[in-house]
Amino acid sequence: MRSILPILTVLCAILVIWYGAAMKLNAAWTYDQAARAGTDPTFVDVINDTMAQERPVLPPPHQVAKGLWEGLTAQAITSKRSLVWHGWVTLSATLLGFAVGAGLGTALAIGIVHNRAMDLSVMPWAIASQTVPILAIAPMVIVVLASLGITGIVPKAIISAYLSFFPVLVGMVKGLRSPDGMQLDLLRTYNASTAATLWKLRLPSSMPYLFASLKVAIAASLVGTIVGELPAGATAGLGARLLSGSYYGQTVQIWSALFAAAGLAAALVVIVTLVERLVLRRMGVAR
Amino acid sequence: MTWFWGAILFWLAALAFNIRTARRHGGERWAQMLIPALFGVTVLVLWEGMVRGLDVPSVILPAPSAIWDRITLSLPTLWEDFRQTILKGALSGYVIGCGAAILTAILVDRFPFLQRGLLPVGNFVAALPIVGIAPILVMWFGFDWQSKAAVVVVMVFFPVLVNTVAGLAATDRMQRDQMATWSASYGQSLLKLRLPAAMPFIFNGLKIATTLALIGAIVAEFFGSPIRGMGFRISTSVGQLALDMVWAEIAVAALAGSAFYGLVALIEKSVTFWHPSQRGRG
Repeated sequence: MRSILPILTVLCAILVIWYGAAMKLNAAWTYDQAARAGTDPTFVDVINDTMAQERPVLPPPHQVAKGLWEGLTAQAITSKRSLVWHGWVTLSATLLGFAVGAGLGTALAIGIVHNRAMDLSVMPWAIASQTVPILAIAPMVIVVLASLGITGIVPKAIISAYLSFFPVLVGMVKGLRSPDGMQLDLLRTYNASTAATLWKLRLPSSMPYLFASLKVAIAASLVGTIVGELPAGATAGLGARLLSGSYYGQTVQIWSALFAAAGLAAALVVIVTLVERLVLRRMGVAR
Repeated sequence: MTWFWGAILFWLAALAFNIRTARRHGGERWAQMLIPALFGVTVLVLWEGMVRGLDVPSVILPAPSAIWDRITLSLPTLWEDFRQTILKGALSGYVIGCGAAILTAILVDRFPFLQRGLLPVGNFVAALPIVGIAPILVMWFGFDWQSKAAVVVVMVFFPVLVNTVAGLAATDRMQRDQMATWSASYGQSLLKLRLPAAMPFIFNGLKIATTLALIGAIVAEFFGSPIRGMGFRISTSVGQLALDMVWAEIAVAALAGSAFYGLVALIEKSVTFWHPSQRGRG
């Protein structure tokens, strides 16, 4: 709690810098217009104008807030101009992809921990794949699946599943291996089966690792979905909102979509953190 | 059908070999290199066999051999795209972004107040979908590589910042007291104790940033670029259903990403040779 004041200070500093930058960047347009109209604006006029342009180079914070607020509340949530609707389109694909990716990652991690051949053959590739810019294949996945007749939520969910798969896999392999020799030996003296060891020792002790990687994974899968919405004339979702904003120079629209996406990412990470805290407390490993 | 069954047969043979080798020689070094390599080859063989055996049209999935042909045929194009995206966009953005982040972290480190404020904000921002600012920066800096470098700067800044700040806090009381008894100035203790101690953390951030830099540079090109660049080539080739070209670019991106990461890891190895995670290996 004692860090509230510093955080607020930093946020205020960001706002001040933002306003300053908005004035400076937008002033060029104001002077341009004034020169065309043949008027000579005073400094106050310039400041007032930079705060309320229709297509500013950098919209000042209050314009973004207004755009965000209008996007969230001013339309019916089924309207194509509502950010709630676009956000839902993105969120549903993200959640589907995240569930599939995290499930597959966990399953493969269990396989890797129990099978030496799988460990040796798959693990190096899983780690190497972290260094590859996977997002680059997003447009191809969308188009190829569209040509196979699969459109809508599934292609985006595949990209987001792919992105959330690897963090969960790597984290879970580490987590399932985290019980030490003594604990494993104890279960062996109980004559516990592999399944029982997995269920009663390995899975519970992997929980902290699982949640750490789930936080990375859910942020990654949201990015995956947004990038999946960019190519090939997608019309729905926050990514499509970004793209159409950039085509038509609607900067306020871009910034509000961006902040909607940021809010969504923050909410998702917070939810995972809350679940983590709840689970870890129930299991008695809370910090 | 020969292709199809041949691939299946190869897969089964490789699988049996891998299982046997893993069981008998799993701890030995040659086996740890051979098994993943054989796995990779098997995936390629299966891919080739499936595509040929099942007559998959090349607009859905081109065979690895077709992709290889495309790579060898269009080397000049690939090189031009590589230069535009990786060398100009990603690399310059990476250097600027990481440099700025490390300098900011050193500045922030002098003021605990700023540190307490900036760290949570930085952590928060690092989790956000920052690629989203690509359209804005493309609008500001134009279509050429400068806008891609700007996207990369913003993308790599926060992970490196957070890691460096954490690293600068990694020295313990005793070590700092030691420097104080030698009456070391701030600059001396920064250069001789705290920066070296922070290196493992900094390199962790730098390694995360390599992938982010490539992603940033490629995705930013989807929002507008001159008629070269890997992101541009990928999005236009997808539009023309020239999927072999797309896969060729992806192969180049994967290779560049691994090489970039490997380079940073090599530098890390020579800089942090004293760290327990580096000692006793190789």
